[in-house]
Amino acid sequence: MRVSLFITCLSDVFFPNVGQSVVKVLERYGAQVDFPQAQTCCGQPAYNSGYHREAREAARHMIDVFADSNYVVAPSGSCVAMIRHYYPELLKEEPTWREKAEALAKKTYEFSEFLVQVLQVDRIDASLHASATYHHSCHMSRGLGIKEEPAALLEQVNGLEMEELPYCQDCCGFGGTFAAKMSTISEAMVDEKIKHIEETGANVLIGSDMGCLMNIGGRLRRTGKDVQVMHVAEVLAQGGAK
Amino acid sequence: MSVQPLEFFGRVDKALMDEQLRKAVPFTQDRLRGGRFQAADELGNVEEWRNLAAQIRMHTIENLDSYLEQLTDNVEKNGGHVHFAPTASDAVAHVLRIAKEKNARSVVKSKSMVSEEIHLNKHLEAEGVRVIESDLGEYIIQLAGETPSHLIAPAIHKTRTQVAELFSGVAGRTLSDATAELCQFAREELRREFLEADIGISGCNFAVAESGSIVLISNEGNARLTTTLPKVHIAIMGMERLVPTWEELDIVVSMLTRSATGQKISVYMTAMSGPRRPEDIDGPEEFHLIILDNGRSDILGTAYQEVLKCIRCGACLNVCPVYRHIGGHAYGGVYSGPIGAVLTPLLEGYEEWKELPYASSLCGACTEVCPVKIPLHDLLIEHRKDEVENGFTSWQEKLAFKGFGYLTSHPFLYDKAVRASHMATGWLSNEGVIETGPGPLAGWTNVRDLPRPAKQSFREWWKNEKGGGPRGS
Repeated sequence: MRVSLFITCLSDVFFPNVGQSVVKVLERYGAQVDFPQAQTCCGQPAYNSGYHREAREAARHMIDVFADSNYVVAPSGSCVAMIRHYYPELLKEEPTWREKAEALAKKTYEFSEFLVQVLQVDRIDASLHASATYHHSCHMSRGLGIKEEPAALLEQVNGLEMEELPYCQDCCGFGGTFAAKMSTISEAMVDEKIKHIEETGANVLIGSDMGCLMNIGGRLRRTGKDVQVMHVAEVLAQGGAK
Repeated sequence: MSVQPLEFFGRVDKALMDEQLRKAVPFTQDRLRGGRFQAADELGNVEEWRNLAAQIRMHTIENLDSYLEQLTDNVEKNGGHVHFAPTASDAVAHVLRIAKEKNARSVVKSKSMVSEEIHLNKHLEAEGVRVIESDLGEYIIQLAGETPSHLIAPAIHKTRTQVAELFSGVAGRTLSDATAELCQFAREELRREFLEADIGISGCNFAVAESGSIVLISNEGNARLTTTLPKVHIAIMGMERLVPTWEELDIVVSMLTRSATGQKISVYMTAMSGPRRPEDIDGPEEFHLIILDNGRSDILGTAYQEVLKCIRCGACLNVCPVYRHIGGHAYGGVYSGPIGAVLTPLLEGYEEWKELPYASSLCGACTEVCPVKIPLHDLLIEHRKDEVENGFTSWQEKLAFKGFGYLTSHPFLYDKAVRASHMATGWLSNEGVIETGPGPLAGWTNVRDLPRPAKQSFREWWKNEKGGGPRGS
């Protein structure tokens, strides 16, 4: 099965290890991964900030880049939600583009969603000896309705103890430009999130969106807290057969 | 019109530093949203209920003119008077005129957000009319000289201890902070006011067009006293707060109480159809219904139309992580939380309210919980779009996003920018981390560290490891 990786701008620039882990895991479960090099950013920062003309430029470009792909997989619920929900919305006035946007929306999957629903992976070959908790990112759990898939995968990782995160449905305070524009409110939100993470006693926080993890991780580091953050793909890539 | 003295960020800072508020708001928010969650669970098919309620509200909004006409005809048939108020000051003028005609010296009110929207108390008091709020929460904030900070729990930001202090001031003796004692005190104080008031003023949870009735939902019984003891009853409603028939009322009321507090039905649900009839043993001699537009009809037919479906349950406030930390007053307007952030700029413009659409992380909790399916967080994005298109954002931001649009559609340059990002941030970084960012990055780094762009981006790694064709293989 041929799969095109959409790396997302954050993982491309800041967290290349997440992308490398995605490639490793997808290949381990039989996918043939390619990486269309003309890909850029999904355009969500512009869309959420109200710059819809600029977001439309990004959307048209990404639709073209992945036109020949059978499947597109991204390690981010948020970027996939952008493509799935807002590309068709952004391009609704242009029938040809709208059709193309819907085609891309249909074949684009979040990483854990793709593993469980398309590749139908039911046995995970990975091990990580740690006590961890999982952060449900808003756009993935509410926007895409993906809640069970990451848990189903993580539950099979050897040596990994998953603790339930209290108030797991609450936003971590990232919100893209919100974190910078409304930084004091965002600070109160991330501090409450960290309080709940600490209540679990976990020393690893696992998530599916590097935006959230960059926010929580950055605050953990700033406040001197010893909790490591990892993307689901990084966990699944640990200690596997290859 | 802002009901708070500070500008937006000043109000936010004040709220974030208010330790009582930071305790009180999450405490009650948890209780209310917990109740809502349980009520939804008990219903089982809550999505079907939401769809139905949303359809009913949308149908009503789309046929507002004919239902308003039907309502007006029926209220008048029942012997009531209907006054249409295009603006807040028109509504105030109607109330003041009636008060003057009746020589009213005191008014008792049950909870009404629309009366807050038109700042009615202030105007009545300026005319020498005493106003007493009879809803317990409203009574508390009236004593404190504040405005409601929540749609259904106006004193959500106050702790029990603060309430005891306020009541002790009125009592002239020290009251304990035991809830029962405080409620008893308020009950005694208010009973006298009910008996002495010349006019009772209420809001209107829903009007029923087919029978010309006003329906009030309450848990304290104060709405019944307000609307039956004084000789004159004035109900004020937003022009969208009606349903066609009792059948639809059944659905929307069920959704209102369940979404607001988790109750299957509130303690009291009162329906009034006109003034006292000869065979009635109580009720007002005169009934007036004031129907307020105040910018609502301008929303009809726009991208924001769905906001008019709102039934003021407060569920969006109860799940909002921003509201949780800043409470209602920081929003500055009469309506707070996600619904306030959508509604206030529509009713009063961006000049004074340009920050509100950005006071959200777009987490979507509001949209998920809304019983009438208003896409609240999408409407906040719509506002942001309108602010951009109407010149309410800074030139620096505009320039940055223009650059963003150009880069994301020009892969060669994008590729170069990604590769250059590590080198370009060397001067800012300390051990792979940026602790103090310049310009707009400062907002981020004031609170948290930012990782330095990786030495080797993913795309460079791919090219080195996997090959360099256009499909990267």
